[in-house]
Amino acid sequence: MDELINKRINEVLKGNQNAFEEVVTLFQHRLYQVCYRMLGNAQEAEDIAQEAFVRAYINIHTFDQKRKFSTWLFRIATNLCIDRIRKKKPDYYLDANVPGTDGLNMYSQIAASGELPEDEVERMELQERIHYEIGRLPDKYRSVIVLRYIEELPLQEIGDILKLPLGTVKTRVHRGREALRKQMGNI
Amino acid sequence: MNTCPEQIVHYMHAYLDGDISRDEERLLKEHLVSCKECKEIMNGLTESIAFIGSATNIKAPDSFVNGVMAQLPKEKSQAGVQRWLRSHPFLAAAAMFLILMSATLFSSYGNDQQFSVTKQPNLVVQGQTVLVPAGETVKGDIVVKNGTLRIEGEVDGNVTVIRGSNYMASTAIVTGKSEEIDKMFDWLWYKMKKTAKDIFPSSKGDVQDEK
Repeated sequence: MDELINKRINEVLKGNQNAFEEVVTLFQHRLYQVCYRMLGNAQEAEDIAQEAFVRAYINIHTFDQKRKFSTWLFRIATNLCIDRIRKKKPDYYLDANVPGTDGLNMYSQIAASGELPEDEVERMELQERIHYEIGRLPDKYRSVIVLRYIEELPLQEIGDILKLPLGTVKTRVHRGREALRKQMGNI
Repeated sequence: MNTCPEQIVHYMHAYLDGDISRDEERLLKEHLVSCKECKEIMNGLTESIAFIGSATNIKAPDSFVNGVMAQLPKEKSQAGVQRWLRSHPFLAAAAMFLILMSATLFSSYGNDQQFSVTKQPNLVVQGQTVLVPAGETVKGDIVVKNGTLRIEGEVDGNVTVIRGSNYMASTAIVTGKSEEIDKMFDWLWYKMKKTAKDIFPSSKGDVQDEK
């Protein structure tokens, strides 16, 4: 896998733009998913994930091929997501459709930005509920929880992506789990 | 709960992260059997992880890849040029030289619209027409730019007309070469020959001053 990626990257470095298409195809779903879970909004996730690929392309010469490409790519994407969350004003679109997601509509969009009455939460379907609970996590914990339990990455790799020491990653995962347990409390 | 050792919560997380020692794991398990509250916390943690872990994989929309490719900066051709320049430095330098040289030549062709004629005794100038009167002999070369040259007498030298016309009467005699230049290419060739001549004067030393 890594060998194939590096081969494509070398082609991109030689000026072959089409070789990058294969790289995008390979990583599109993972990158989109992380952005979607972190931002809670399909449209924003698509924008940010695409921007992450564009930035990766522009800065491809700075990628150290001895390292893991996915880590480097995830770092670009998570940085963009964190920036976006910080700048985020309440500009979610309640009545907009969410393309490319089955069963995730209005709820999934509100998820990242606020609480819902308990009876509505109880009426949610499982996938909606999951998305809602992730969205309710504080940003700091959300990124590690998404990378740990959605992407299923090892703690060390999460540290590499977020440029955090292993100890800090552990602490955040612990607190994230704690926060999840508390906010879900009575299921 | 107050009676529970503080370590227990740490053990729970260490257990969930998979980096717990055997002794710690044994202590944790023993404690969970005896303490209902801690057991509940532990269950809550495992359940919430399992809950998040059961999220279905989300896929990017179909148009995703094309969207990215459309946003990439178009630098393919630029990169190609740069690569070519890097691998052929001498050709690049030569091409640059030619471009600059031809630029100066062409610009002087465009600007050079004025009527001018080589000054020689007994040449008659009427407006834009230069006349070599019948019976007279002009010693030396004649160059006429943007004008008409009529030769009725004799010229002892070369005759050159640039962007003009040259009429020779039946009595005309030109001892040297006679040429008319009005095409860009001819003009370029003439200019190059002249430059070469100026730089390397012929051994005969018959270069005339153009004043």
